[in-house]
Amino acid sequence: MIEIGLGHYLTFGAIIFSIGTLGIFVNRKNVIVILMSIELILLAVNINLVAFSIYLQDITGQIFTMFILTVAAAEAAIGLAIIVSYYRNKGSIRVEEINEMKG
Amino acid sequence: MIAIQYLIPELILSTSIFSLLIIGVFIKNSFNIIYRLSTFVIFLLILIIISDNNDSVKIFNKSFILDEFASFSKILILVSSFFVLLMSKKYILDIKNNKFEYPIIILLSILGMFFMVSANDLILFYLGLELQSLSLYILASIDRDNLKSSEAGIKYFVLSALSSGLLLYGCSLLYGFTGSTNFEVIANNTGDLKIGTIFAMIFILVGLAFKVAAVPFHMWTPDVYEGSPTSVTSFFSTVPKIAGIAVFIRFMYSPFYEIIDQWQFILVFISIASMILGAVAAIGQNNIKRLIAYSSIGHIGYAIAGIASGTENGFKSTLTYILIYAAMNIGIFAFVFLMKRKGKYVEEISELSGVSKNHPLTSLSLMIILFSLAGIPPLAGFFAKFYIFMAVVESGMYTLAIVGLVTTVVSAFYYIRIIKIMYFDDPKKPFESFKEYGIYSSLALSCIFLVSFFLYPSIFNGIISNINIF
Repeated sequence: MIEIGLGHYLTFGAIIFSIGTLGIFVNRKNVIVILMSIELILLAVNINLVAFSIYLQDITGQIFTMFILTVAAAEAAIGLAIIVSYYRNKGSIRVEEINEMKG
Repeated sequence: MIAIQYLIPELILSTSIFSLLIIGVFIKNSFNIIYRLSTFVIFLLILIIISDNNDSVKIFNKSFILDEFASFSKILILVSSFFVLLMSKKYILDIKNNKFEYPIIILLSILGMFFMVSANDLILFYLGLELQSLSLYILASIDRDNLKSSEAGIKYFVLSALSSGLLLYGCSLLYGFTGSTNFEVIANNTGDLKIGTIFAMIFILVGLAFKVAAVPFHMWTPDVYEGSPTSVTSFFSTVPKIAGIAVFIRFMYSPFYEIIDQWQFILVFISIASMILGAVAAIGQNNIKRLIAYSSIGHIGYAIAGIASGTENGFKSTLTYILIYAAMNIGIFAFVFLMKRKGKYVEEISELSGVSKNHPLTSLSLMIILFSLAGIPPLAGFFAKFYIFMAVVESGMYTLAIVGLVTTVVSAFYYIRIIKIMYFDDPKKPFESFKEYGIYSSLALSCIFLVSFFLYPSIFNGIISNINIF
């Protein structure tokens, strides 16, 4: 059995972070997927912070995590609201059709 | 509780936000009164912050710092948002966007910026940044029946949320590798250089560059500036830029000052790229808001050049630059608010053709502002660039200075092209005339400031040279 240490958690966080970042750039279909990717990025940060907090024997990281969770919820709410108002005007939320302005 | 007395501006701001929300709900058609009250709150805060001149204090477990730097940035933020509110009221009423939430959201974003510029701790910094960005997402899409506005909102939301995520990932790494979220402890612990600290620094730099729209993270700027209502664009291009640059300075000179060798070259690159893009990409633009977007990218490049020099004179010249930039931006948007024909606001540059025949005074002021943006002496824009180049040359970065000079010349082309269109092309019908003293006074004050800056540059230089960040 291998001991699961800080490095494993950090790698896990980094992988989730990369999935989130890739999800924003690769995805060409739906804005909701982008919202989920942003959520993934924030969760990766939380994993990092909690792992560091345990490693450093310091509670600050976990407090930071709590704040990030609340902010993530607010951000998702505002994001969804903007998407709804966009859908009302355009009738679609496909990413490739968000091209009213170019230059 | 001794600490509370240092928080009076923030407390007044947040309590007035809550009470304004309640007033807005209970009074019908409350836009006018809420708008006036918000402007009054901002005015009151300017007086309060100017009047209390205390020394640098750190409160709440050293997480909140109050020094001249923070007060200066706060006053700059308040004054520019005061003028933005003053001149954009008529526009908001005309596009029938008179929701009472509008000025309250602006106050909320100002509250976020307050916490950003006085943060001495990663948690407080992040919360301030998010309060500001969340309000800005709503502002960008505030004209919700307009497709362009909601598209601007969606673009700004996605890219800005991504950049917040990157910045936050940097914060988590910084916490892990230095063992604290406090800027001072971080500054002490970055000395023994770990690879993780450099990673954290790069992630945080990316996030900050996104917020101030520096190349290569500028792609949201033109679209968001064009899509959002002009009243919001005038806010976007002035106030969050001030807060962003202030936080940029705080990060570079406080927690990361020990690893200046690592960030200096990144900033030089960002600065050169922004200056070049700002100069080149604006040439082909026909929409005045897009043109301002590219020009603001260029100006941010100059401001970052001052930070990149890494000296005390460097960040002071950046503060002067951002002060003058805010004044010029307020002036140019005051003119954009006047561009109205047949009940519709126009944004194409070709609409300016020959306006000097019908509107000699306002065209003259726009000409002064454009010359100042181009950096032509003796206007204030010249001095802004002059101080930056002085600081850059002092620290021996000649390439940066030379690129800056060349891009100044290139960007003068598109500013002067507007002047040529205004003065030498065939006149069109005059713009609608309306008596809106907010717009005219903002335009006039901005011009007076730009023209008379060279008479007493020591007023502002004196204030700025007292600012100490170390």
